[in-house]
Amino acid sequence: MQFAPASKAAGLREVDAPQSLVAHFGADTPLKMDAGVSLSPVTIAYQTYGELNADKSNAILVCHALTGDQHVANQHPITGKPGWWHTMVGPNRPIDTNRYFVIAPNVVGGCMGTTGPASLNPATGRPYGLDLPIVTIKDMVFAQAMLIDRLGIATLFCVAGGSMGGMQVLQWVASFPERVFAAMPIATAARHSSQNIAFHEVGRQAVMADPDWRQGRYLEEGVIPTKGLAVARMAAHITYLSDGVLQSKFGRKLQDRSAPTFSFDADFQIENYLRQQGTSFVDRFDANSYLYVTRACDYFDLAADYGGSLAFAFKGAKTRFCVVSFNSDWLYPTQASRAIVHALNAGGASVSFVDIETDRGHDAFLLDTPEFIATSRGFLDAAARARGIAPVKNRAI
Amino acid sequence: MAVVKAKRARAIPARVDLLLVADMVEAKSRVLDVGCGDGTLLRLLAEEKGVDARGIELSQRGVNDCVAKGLSVIQGDADTDLADYPDNAFDYVILSQTLQATRQPRTVLEHMLRIGRHAIVSFPNFGHWRIRLQVAFGGRMPMTPNLSCSWYDTPNIHFCTIQDFVALVREIDARIERGVALDRFGAPLAYGEPWIWNFFGEQGVFRLTHKR
Repeated sequence: MQFAPASKAAGLREVDAPQSLVAHFGADTPLKMDAGVSLSPVTIAYQTYGELNADKSNAILVCHALTGDQHVANQHPITGKPGWWHTMVGPNRPIDTNRYFVIAPNVVGGCMGTTGPASLNPATGRPYGLDLPIVTIKDMVFAQAMLIDRLGIATLFCVAGGSMGGMQVLQWVASFPERVFAAMPIATAARHSSQNIAFHEVGRQAVMADPDWRQGRYLEEGVIPTKGLAVARMAAHITYLSDGVLQSKFGRKLQDRSAPTFSFDADFQIENYLRQQGTSFVDRFDANSYLYVTRACDYFDLAADYGGSLAFAFKGAKTRFCVVSFNSDWLYPTQASRAIVHALNAGGASVSFVDIETDRGHDAFLLDTPEFIATSRGFLDAAARARGIAPVKNRAI
Repeated sequence: MAVVKAKRARAIPARVDLLLVADMVEAKSRVLDVGCGDGTLLRLLAEEKGVDARGIELSQRGVNDCVAKGLSVIQGDADTDLADYPDNAFDYVILSQTLQATRQPRTVLEHMLRIGRHAIVSFPNFGHWRIRLQVAFGGRMPMTPNLSCSWYDTPNIHFCTIQDFVALVREIDARIERGVALDRFGAPLAYGEPWIWNFFGEQGVFRLTHKR
């Protein structure tokens, strides 16, 4: 083949050769997608932490958010940063890897080793690009279920995730209620609001307006729409933070200068910060992937599959829920979580709900937010007792 | 979210009150405790009576305590969140020492009877002789060891007497199934005459149901 593979074109080496475990699903196990087509082969890249116990009752599936990945609690292979949920997952963390077996897959449509638009399409020998069928949250979850089957796990002790990860949690319970003992949908919504779709559309248009996007065929042409993708990230990043935290962190402070330059330089610290967020993002994320995962969220409307009533989606579910929202999150506001709680109550499900007070906005679920950590720990410990998962033994040193 | 902020008037040593309420609940039933605090009553009901125990609690700390006990508790408020519950979802809906702190006591009570087959309500009795004496002769808003907030910072905005409560029950077409008045130490009063309760009871505990 004459084109440069993705790994050479960008910091996307993980697409073809992830530093993770991989599960391959061939023609005999295609992924039947919402778009009405079957996808095969499918590769799922995933990380695991801890050990599966003898009766396979201690598995926790962690679902990642929009631009997250499987590197939940280990150093990231591209950025070198700690895992995105190291505050929650690890030894003696709420998702205690001394006690639980944690499985963290990269979603379908992603770019960290699971089949996505940057992966090679075996039918053409070229990257899929926009030839990959549109991926939905349900598709992501069904692919995860294939992985869980492959690992021989009948019932997950818990499925947990924030934001887009929380949507997957909700979908898991709706699609496989008997396979989920406990569920933690965090800072999420049962459907994307008009405002949510609007912000995503701005991001996608920014990517597609970049001349280097080349109708999605940039990898074959050896270019990357870095400018468009960076702008998309900048816009999105604002939605992850609250007005209050921006004001207290940056205010109107100037960047390395004492007066405005009367130019379009990044005079303000916030401008500089967003530009950095944008440029660092393009090193680790594929532009087409960004289109696919944002689209997956936009199409998410769990109630729509159940006659318009969210309560029916959870009817009869025996799963115990812990729903968490953050009061300064305006992307997936408290009200969106309350709607989930309302539906769960209407369906008679066992549900706990906390609205955590914080000024950190949507991103609070990724940060070391003490009340959130405490809630999660309490919920999981109690659920583990109910499930009969042995507590961690005090090991002799 | 307004009203029930933080300090609710826990009127008597908790155990007696809770045991009395628990005594009014059938085993193996479905219970919603509105304003469940740290989940003491819910846990008691779950462990002693095998009930399916759910709660609503305003404070984050309370919710966390409950969740850690394995209870299903929702952070919320009696005034705003009861409306979201479907009809007949529970056998018992409990409101303990909170009625007087709600914005709309009548609506809250109506919701409780809609959501549950029975409602159990405990509240401080403003008709108690000590309180009457303070208003009549002290000329100031009453304060007692169990109701120790000043008029300007009390969360209790809708005090009533036992007789007021009984009248409200009649008004919303409900029926008192069981009732008991407690003295200041939480011991049940010997005489069942309503005027005696209203005068000597520091609080009332009632179990209500719909009038058929």
